[in-house]
Amino acid sequence: MNLDLRLDTSGDFYAQKFQPTKREDTLILNMGPQHPSTHGVLRIILEIDGEYIVRAQPVLGYIHRMHEKMAEVMSYPQYLPNPARTDYLHALAWGWAHVGAVERLMGLEVPERAEFIRVITCELNRINSHLLWWGAYLLDLGAFTPIMYAFDDREIIMDIMQRVTGSRLTYCYYRFGGVSGDIDDRFVSETREQCARMKERFKMYKALVTENFILRKRVEEIGEISVDTCRRYGATGPVLRGSGQEYDVRRAEPYSVYDRFDFNIPAYNDCDAMGRYLVRMDEMQESIKIIEQALDALPEGDFIHPKAPKRAKPPAGDVYFAVEGARGKIGMHLVSDGGKSAYRLKLRAPGFSNLSLFGEVSQGTLISDAVSILGSLDLVIPEIDR
Amino acid sequence: MIAKSIRENLQGMWSLLVGMKVTGKNFVQPNITVHYPRQTVASLEGYRGHVELVPHDKDPTKSKCIACSNCVRICPNSCITMKAVKPKKKAEDKEAAGDQSEGKKKAPAKKAKPELQSFILDYNYCSLCGQCAELCPTGALRFSSNVYLAGFTRQEFVIDLLARLQRQAQTKGAPNG
Repeated sequence: MNLDLRLDTSGDFYAQKFQPTKREDTLILNMGPQHPSTHGVLRIILEIDGEYIVRAQPVLGYIHRMHEKMAEVMSYPQYLPNPARTDYLHALAWGWAHVGAVERLMGLEVPERAEFIRVITCELNRINSHLLWWGAYLLDLGAFTPIMYAFDDREIIMDIMQRVTGSRLTYCYYRFGGVSGDIDDRFVSETREQCARMKERFKMYKALVTENFILRKRVEEIGEISVDTCRRYGATGPVLRGSGQEYDVRRAEPYSVYDRFDFNIPAYNDCDAMGRYLVRMDEMQESIKIIEQALDALPEGDFIHPKAPKRAKPPAGDVYFAVEGARGKIGMHLVSDGGKSAYRLKLRAPGFSNLSLFGEVSQGTLISDAVSILGSLDLVIPEIDR
Repeated sequence: MIAKSIRENLQGMWSLLVGMKVTGKNFVQPNITVHYPRQTVASLEGYRGHVELVPHDKDPTKSKCIACSNCVRICPNSCITMKAVKPKKKAEDKEAAGDQSEGKKKAPAKKAKPELQSFILDYNYCSLCGQCAELCPTGALRFSSNVYLAGFTRQEFVIDLLARLQRQAQTKGAPNG
């Protein structure tokens, strides 16, 4: 038996697996896990030829916290704060996917007012998420000022949300059969004010950034992802819509009261980073349209079903519930054996699929363009690693 | 080729001018941020600090808690440890020990409701979901509002809420922070 006990110092497990290559003039480079443009602990192993990427492979799992396993151990209400910790930027959509799955399995009805509150808060959260992406993406591309304007707007929305939900980022607001607290007149008037303010701000954003010459040089015709690629990798959300496919869970399989609102699904055929950028910018405006319609039609009534169980215990069975998050289709596949906790809960993270196509798309691009592509995918690593 | 580069330069200059206009506009606007240690923000309504016990209406040193342990069971992270004794048992213990204050022996005169001895919150693991406060049948839990809570060690965030309540009742009468 031959055991090679020599210490291999040429990198860790992933680097060694990545290593074999036919070319000898290339270099292996680690981007991350502590790299500012990866927005968290994403690591990408690159094989580079000068400034050009030959191969790229994302390495995941640095912030894996066993959220799926936790669902099997914790009771249903105990799991409520968890989804918010997966995608902290669009926490409410994840919470919605969880409560929605449990409600669907239990056949629990949600009062109309609660549905409207959910729509309003979820859309506000979506704007918040896109604003942060906008600021951070431009920061990656070298523009510092926009994130300050984005945070100015974000702060106001967070203050509004803090009053009703009690949190600023990792919301735990939705409950089985409704929401944890009612909204009041002040919330309504402040939200209206903010919607009006945002409309003005979008004009400024457009002049300052979208039409900016430097930005356009960094995003136009860079990172072209065909619809076919998106389909093969299961990419959803703005990445798919930026490639021209008008797919939005809110329209494709309407949940809650989304079928009552009039809104467009922005899609761009450019397939490049600019397309994805424009989709998100338009989506914020569509969200504002939805919020305003929801505020106009806000019905009176209970904010939580009066007979909502404090300790939910769905019957045996399995159910799938999907919502449209800021990054794409968030799905929860819940399998219950009728016990206190889920038998299995599968979380479908949109970021995971969106990141998967990076390896293919980044081939042959410059490293600086890869940063632009990575940013345009809007990755939130805790969501990908779960 | 030359025409293209001239056009690009002009476009770049125009972008710069537009950007400077936005910056100039915002430069003369009032400050949005605050100078933190000297100034603080006002919009703290709805802020959730760690949970605290609500004092009893009659006796501010006692809590409304009836030691039903609902909060202990619902807590996702098992942050709460509760210690309660039934008054009878407590009286026996006291006799066996043969010390402690004599005045508290009057407690068994009431019905055999369990009396809260300590209510320890491990704030390190709390995710502030608020389910303990929602589930409480007597409304004995609420959120505190100290935004500037900070400490050097983990132990500082393992808080005995009952002792905290009594301390607050002694020092101020009205709970604060």
